[in-house]
Amino acid sequence: MKRKYLVGAAGVLAAVITGAIVAPQAVLAAKGASMVEEGKKIAFDRKKGNCLACHMMGDGASPGNIAPPLLAMKSRYPDKAKLRAQIWDATTANPDSTMPPFGKHNILSASELDKIVEYVWTL
Amino acid sequence: MKKLLAMSMTLMMAVGISSNVVASPEADKAAWDNHYKQRFPGVPADDYINGVYAIDKVGRENWEAIEEFPPYEPFIDAGEEMWNTPFANGKGYKDCFPKGPAIAQNYPHWDKEKGMVMTLALALNNCREANGEKPLKYKKGSINNILSYVAYQSRGNKINVVIPKDDPRAMEAYEDGKKFYYTRRGQLNFSCASCHIQNAGNVLRTEVLGPAKGQISHFPVYRSKWGTVGTLHRRFTGCNKQVRAAPFKAQGKEYRNLEYFLSYQSNGLELNGPGARK
Ligand code: HEC
Ligand code: HEC
Repeated sequence: MKRKYLVGAAGVLAAVITGAIVAPQAVLAAKGASMVEEGKKIAFDRKKGNCLACHMMGDGASPGNIAPPLLAMKSRYPDKAKLRAQIWDATTANPDSTMPPFGKHNILSASELDKIVEYVWTL
Repeated sequence: MKKLLAMSMTLMMAVGISSNVVASPEADKAAWDNHYKQRFPGVPADDYINGVYAIDKVGRENWEAIEEFPPYEPFIDAGEEMWNTPFANGKGYKDCFPKGPAIAQNYPHWDKEKGMVMTLALALNNCREANGEKPLKYKKGSINNILSYVAYQSRGNKINVVIPKDDPRAMEAYEDGKKFYYTRRGQLNFSCASCHIQNAGNVLRTEVLGPAKGQISHFPVYRSKWGTVGTLHRRFTGCNKQVRAAPFKAQGKEYRNLEYFLSYQSNGLELNGPGARK
């Protein structure tokens, strides 16, 4: 019993140590991947982004057709800040837009918005 | 790309008929008629009384099946009984509305004496109160019975909302309703027009957005979602809430003026209430 515990502790320790010294890119990449995943969840959640109400995006089921499909976003929005601005308040670019001003009206928090941007940028 | 182009054209059209300039009610109506004619060239003018089912083929089939056994029928029957049952003082609705019960086409109208838009629901309650009865609630409950009966008896009569020229306050009420219709509200920042004009015929998630013209012809409406019949102002409340806006008071000034404006745009169409919706 006691021995097993010791081994376990050593394992944890080893993980902590290696974790601390892995290449920063790998950590960032892992963090990025989880940002994208979370962003996708928020985008699809009816109580959050509910982007599918209007946009076809990714593999989201039963999208509406009010808005253009979100495709090739990286090439269409090389500047991520522009993409964020569109989601923050679509009426800046188009005063008649029906797209809700997600940032300006606090529909989403700043960090939720950042995550959505990461996800949308992968489409 | 084609779709994007089509969209921006629609947007421009929507701008063209937005509320920035004060236009005559006739011009407003002509602009709406024109907008819908271009958007739905295949829909005959008199089919707009069927609401979203004028443009949603799949929904229409389900709806027609429902109409074979109308879920609002018991409400009509209950309303007929209300109409024929005297109040405690021996009088009844018949005494207030000698031309009734087929009177829905006379509402909403401008009441010059009271200086306000008079709706059918309000007139029915005024009748009750004048006879010492408690007023009915304006969204749910038995007001829907009497409204269903009056609507049913009024079927086939034509909507004919008048904005009288001899009282500037009538035009003000109309303009107020129009402003309401085009004002964005709620956290989601939609106006009524965003959905029912600009995006009529488009799909919001799984809901087809119906045209505003003809929307008032069939109230009160049995909704499966409600499991009962509800008033027009209950529906207004729901449409306000779904954009996270605070709803207004049923039969308050805002919704009465809104009803006045919205009903005018359906002038010439036949009444066909009560209706059934999902
Ligand atoms: C109620 C409708 C609606 C919802 C919900 C909506 N949008 Fe939009 N969106 C639009 C419309 C309409 C446009 C077209 C341009 C405009 O009018 O602003 C648009 C445009 C965009 C664009 C620019 C597309 C391009 O081709 O340049 C992006 C990016 C976008 N939306 C992202 C999102 C994201 C992310 C969400 C959810 C968080 C979302 N939208 C939710 C209606 C909507
Ligand atoms: C976010 C979209 C949206 C907004 C904004 C909106 N509606 Fe609706 N409305 C709907 C949908 C969806 C339905 C159900 C389908 C239909 O009948 O169009 C509906 C239905 C209705 C109906 C019932 C139609 C019938 O035949 O039973 C009325 C009346 C109505 N809306 C009026 C309004 C008014 C007035 C406003 C503004 C205060 C408004 N709506 C704002 C989406 C909206």
